Amino acid sequence: MAVFRRQRSPQLFSSRPAGALRTLLLIVASVVLMVYDRQSGRLQQMHAALSTIVWPVQAVVNAPHAMLLWATDKLATHMALVNENDALKSDLKFSTAQLQQYAALEQENMRLRALLQVTPRVPGRISVAQLLAADLDPFRHLVVIDKGSQDGVYAGQTVLDENGIVGQVTRADPLTSEVTLISDPSQAIQVEVNRTGLRTLAVGGADLDQLSLPYLTNAADIKEGDLLVSSGLGGHYPPGYPVAVVTHFERDPAEPFAHATAHTAADLSHGHSVLLYWPAVPTTEISVSKMPAASPTASKARRRKKP
Amino acid sequence: MRDLSPPHGVGVIAGSYLAALILTIWPLPHWAEMLRPTWVALVTIYWCLWLPQRIGVITGFVAGLLLDALTGTLLGEHALALVLVAWTALWMHLQVRVFPWWQQCFVVLCIMLIYSFVLFWVDGMLGYTLGPALRWTPVIVTALVWPWVTLVLARMQQRYRVS
Repeated sequence: MAVFRRQRSPQLFSSRPAGALRTLLLIVASVVLMVYDRQSGRLQQMHAALSTIVWPVQAVVNAPHAMLLWATDKLATHMALVNENDALKSDLKFSTAQLQQYAALEQENMRLRALLQVTPRVPGRISVAQLLAADLDPFRHLVVIDKGSQDGVYAGQTVLDENGIVGQVTRADPLTSEVTLISDPSQAIQVEVNRTGLRTLAVGGADLDQLSLPYLTNAADIKEGDLLVSSGLGGHYPPGYPVAVVTHFERDPAEPFAHATAHTAADLSHGHSVLLYWPAVPTTEISVSKMPAASPTASKARRRKKP
Repeated sequence: MRDLSPPHGVGVIAGSYLAALILTIWPLPHWAEMLRPTWVALVTIYWCLWLPQRIGVITGFVAGLLLDALTGTLLGEHALALVLVAWTALWMHLQVRVFPWWQQCFVVLCIMLIYSFVLFWVDGMLGYTLGPALRWTPVIVTALVWPWVTLVLARMQQRYRVS
């Protein structure tokens, strides 16, 4: 039996054909998978299973980084800790002082909004997540965080850091989640210029911390150094969080739109930890259906009622 | 007596793929990103050339799916590319085996061009068209790394008698 088997599988010149049919089937299978995966959400189970299989690989890659962080914590000298503590205390005092003013402003804002009969802005809940050290596909601006659907992370959730909006969760697997940064070529975020209230769209591109503003007219009131904050239109991102600072604005009369680029407020290339944002009211529900209600049609209707 | 039913050396093959996956997402500084060889494709080419009776398009497909899950690409993108890589390598494995190393490098270069073109094509349909240097430099780097990968994997294969 063994001799027979050995004869059936010659070692040196095994010329088994590659199996054209099998290859063709696998090619069709990959194309079908891609098409289904493009219609997001339909392959969630398969993604979850595969990401659980490859999770140890991520853990191994992240291990030296985690050990380094742990070691710097353990080996920090008393003096360094005291210094850090002092710095943190003064930072905290500074922030608290600013917050005092903020509390007064918030009250004033609530009163004004009540007078205008606009729904008050409700602050959301925030929790910290760590980035896993891993380089993903170089053409997409993706990061992996160590919180998953088990921790309540969901696809579409806003991710912040201490300076501004980082991006959104594009897939929540059980143990980890994948965050697409706002600078990704496929991303666009609704922003408004903090100084003037001018609304526009900031879209991602090739560079990691650059956004471009392709839909600004030549007459737009905008200048370098202007802060762009999220406008909350579209209901995807919470309103009022810093997104980017305009770094370059150039009017070109020959073209319908001006050239403008902005540098992201959040530190997209060097951060180690991010903040996950849970809105108090689920934003996805007020997204498309309710937004037009606050736009000109509604005010027109009100005006029509008056006379 | 050699028994073929429990496959021999699965550990070595799986280990080589594990190492390739780890190296694929190992953090590198931004400028070094384009010098990263496509490790999983290299390992697939090696096993298809020297172990064609066991490694082929199905292994390529599974490795591609894992790579897709790991790097956050569309599920099936790398799978498609690696199926084509495996098929090409299987198709010419008898010729390539007797080539001198520099000709093998050239063959690997051609296979990697197919691989990168598939990814370029799919990414282009999704709108990820930027960064041509990042797209095509790894093809050359991968071809240059090929002799060293062969050296290491051939030694592993001999030592653990993977056949």
